[in-house]
Amino acid sequence: MTTDKPLSARDQILHRIRVANGGTSNAATAQSGWSSLARGYKRSATQTRQGVLILLEDRLRDYDAHVIRSTPADVRRCVAETLAARGKHRLVMPAGFPAAWLPPSLTFVMDECMTPAELDQVDGVITGSTVAIAETGTVVLQNVLGQGRRAATLVPDYHLCLVSAYDVVETVPEAIARIQATATLSTTFVSGPSATADIEMTRIKGVHGPRFLDVILIV
Amino acid sequence: MSAGPLDPKTAPAFPMAAKAAMGDSQLRSNVRHATDVIQAKRARVVDEMPDWQALREAGKQIREHTMRHLDFYLEQFEANCTRAGGVVHWARDAAEARRIVVSLVKASGSDEVIKIKSMTTEEIQLNAALEAAGIQPYETDLAELIIQLGQDQPSHIVVPALHKNRQQIREIFQRTMHLPNLGDQPQDLADAARLFLREKFLRVKTGVSGANFLIAETGGVCVVESEGNGRMCLTLPETLITIAGIDKVLPRYQDLEVTLQLLPRSATGERMNPYNSIWTGVDPADGPRVFHIVLMDNARTEILADEEARQTLNCIRCGACQNACPVYRQTGGHAYGSVYAGPIGAILTPQLQEMHHAQSLPYASSLCGACYEVCPVKINIPEVLIHLRNKVVLQNTSGIAGLFDVEAAAMKAMAAIFRSERRFRAAQRLGRIAETPLVRKDEHGLGWISWLPGMLGGWSQTRDLREMPKETFRDWWEKRSGHDN
Amino acid sequence: MRVSLFITCYNDTLFPSTGKSVVRVLERLGHTVDFPRGQTCCGQMHWNTGYQAEALPLLQRFVDQFRAAEVVVIPSSSCVAMMRDHYPKMAAEIDDVRLTADVAALLPKVFEFSEFLTKRLGLEDVGAYYPHRVTYHASCHGLRSLSLGDGPLRLLKAVRGIDLVALDRVEQCCGFGGTFAVKNAAVSSAMLEEKISAVLDTGADACTACDNSCLMHIQGALHRQHTGVRTLHLADILAGEEEVQA
Repeated sequence: MTTDKPLSARDQILHRIRVANGGTSNAATAQSGWSSLARGYKRSATQTRQGVLILLEDRLRDYDAHVIRSTPADVRRCVAETLAARGKHRLVMPAGFPAAWLPPSLTFVMDECMTPAELDQVDGVITGSTVAIAETGTVVLQNVLGQGRRAATLVPDYHLCLVSAYDVVETVPEAIARIQATATLSTTFVSGPSATADIEMTRIKGVHGPRFLDVILIV
Repeated sequence: MSAGPLDPKTAPAFPMAAKAAMGDSQLRSNVRHATDVIQAKRARVVDEMPDWQALREAGKQIREHTMRHLDFYLEQFEANCTRAGGVVHWARDAAEARRIVVSLVKASGSDEVIKIKSMTTEEIQLNAALEAAGIQPYETDLAELIIQLGQDQPSHIVVPALHKNRQQIREIFQRTMHLPNLGDQPQDLADAARLFLREKFLRVKTGVSGANFLIAETGGVCVVESEGNGRMCLTLPETLITIAGIDKVLPRYQDLEVTLQLLPRSATGERMNPYNSIWTGVDPADGPRVFHIVLMDNARTEILADEEARQTLNCIRCGACQNACPVYRQTGGHAYGSVYAGPIGAILTPQLQEMHHAQSLPYASSLCGACYEVCPVKINIPEVLIHLRNKVVLQNTSGIAGLFDVEAAAMKAMAAIFRSERRFRAAQRLGRIAETPLVRKDEHGLGWISWLPGMLGGWSQTRDLREMPKETFRDWWEKRSGHDN
Repeated sequence: MRVSLFITCYNDTLFPSTGKSVVRVLERLGHTVDFPRGQTCCGQMHWNTGYQAEALPLLQRFVDQFRAAEVVVIPSSSCVAMMRDHYPKMAAEIDDVRLTADVAALLPKVFEFSEFLTKRLGLEDVGAYYPHRVTYHASCHGLRSLSLGDGPLRLLKAVRGIDLVALDRVEQCCGFGGTFAVKNAAVSSAMLEEKISAVLDTGADACTACDNSCLMHIQGALHRQHTGVRTLHLADILAGEEEVQA
């Protein structure tokens, strides 16, 4: 009997799996098995719209984010007041961020492949968001117009995030359903400012990501 | 504890290591405090979820399904990740995984890497291999930084430095960061870590990470974390190298709706951890330009082949079982002699290693079931422990040496006794006679045994035993029913 | 009802008084007790320690002894947990179709003692009297495998004269775990020490549970430390009657 060339690691691992499972799987059996998995958990909202927004505010605050409500007409003023209160003057912003929301008195630098060192020099970052999850106090960012690349919301010490009430869902499954179509974009779930509980399980705000997160909820 | 790596091949047996660990009262009090706090936090955010049990069931079913179709999902992940610009590597064991990572780091042109906390890299002792190859790894998770700077070893899956309190951490930072005036408030310590690491985040060109989930449907990878150090390592370097066990795959993106609810609440007692990152291959406009992922077996396929133990692979590394475990509560993590401590370590380590390297771990449990109760994917850890105990017994009782196994001889003799009522009654009578020389009367005239010989001596170190009553229940019953014999 | 009692090997040998108490309570409630004499051990110690081959004949023996029973009552939560958690799988694993069917038929008729009172008979007050300060330890198997919940506590609350005090960390294991107490004696002792502190903090005269194996463990340290606190099985409390109080 002739000896074949030695199996690659890939082939050997897949072979071991097939031996362990007593056969080879395929798309059809995987598909039918997956479709019949039990999903008895909550997958849609149970609260009123107003209740969902209040829950989001409550959960964001619980994780040390600061939340301000604004009407659509008032966003620019709200941004100006929020940044003034924080003492932030020079912020980076992603391409496609609505100019109408930017107070003219402050400096907004468009992120055009800024280096990490350059990002480290601004006072903060302003972005929109794709979806927000009330139950967990989460805003979801994707690399699209108005939200931009991941580094820009990471290196600066302050993040001002604008969330439209239309984009607020109650549960995690609703949020996943909303971003399923854009699943391959770089995506970041942000739930409060950077934090750690590594020292005596005490939650402390701010390690490497932005230490301060403000959210303007546009209702 | 010693600074050497936690290696089940050389670690002492659990009872000995546990005894040593329990001599450290500071460690015990730190561990008790940390596990109490984290358990209370978990209980609070789990109790607010009326659908928690349905989520656990879904989590279990998703994981079981994944393992049944693991070959399909891994190939699907590989195809989708490759299409998105990632480079997929396969490693049969730890040595092969280390070789691949070391050569990839070298190819990236860097002699240093920033690292995200990863149990998989701990499992294969990657840092030692990198250092041996002249590459400096920087741990960037706060707890891992504490461990690395303190030349210590992780003692918990999620909070690896939970055995250190703030004074001990301050001492490490003062010494290694040259900050003689550093305070001991957690905020002071976190600020020091921020400054220490920021320069490295902005400079180092190669990142190394683990993965929480690989999404077969999209070829995406998900990493959950708290501090933002993970985002730094995933986003800023030019080259990213991710290493993941083959068990980390999820069938579809939608499955994140289950695991992203189960994991944070179970792990840190948060509704959602501060940051989840999901990326797919390479995005020219966002993040590293080169992305490698190493899919590692390292005995996972052997676990998969064991029908009764394969549920071990369903683990999503939340650490809830460690916090709930009354044994871990007493000993902390190092006693387990492995980076995987606590109940999950007691079943995972013996299977990742050859069994005889970790014979004592399946017995490091009172089988109280607290681990099973909190497991977000319903791994029946006590059941797997018992299964592994059976393997240990079979290993120890096979061959000639097995004939001289004292415990096995006693257990087999007991079993023979229980197979016959007549022998059982004789043994009860014999027991009363045999114990007589050991019985002492207390001040109430009751008989107690305060010293037991041989293997039973462990009992009598801290516990007395009542003498056997003169009459067994069945003797009484027969007398009462009037049919003595 | 005709109740078949499985006393368990260690109650038979070490705690016959618990068996007598079970008989007293059941007869007081108007039931007939039967004791199949060929019974010995459920196999828990062997199974849990890894001696599976040795445990199997004991499963067969239990089934043979109790096949005809109307109900089986067992004053030991861990032995009932052994049966419910492992018997079906043990029988299935050796591909014994008849044994598998027998186990499936028998298990629904098997009850832990307190469970029989609260769930099968729907009782809380069994007419007991016990004028002492008592704390209750939730044995792990009763708590997690049998989901006894507050059943034992409801039975205790209905006891006349009792002063029931809650135990701190009531759901934490006492550290017994069968051979664990010997193989990992130091850890087991440390776990026990926490339990003893909690018991002493209650100021109770007695600590009770649904499992004499935990109580034997707790008692061992309570006596070693000369605390004067007793342990007794739930059945021993429920058997107490006003007129027979000494």
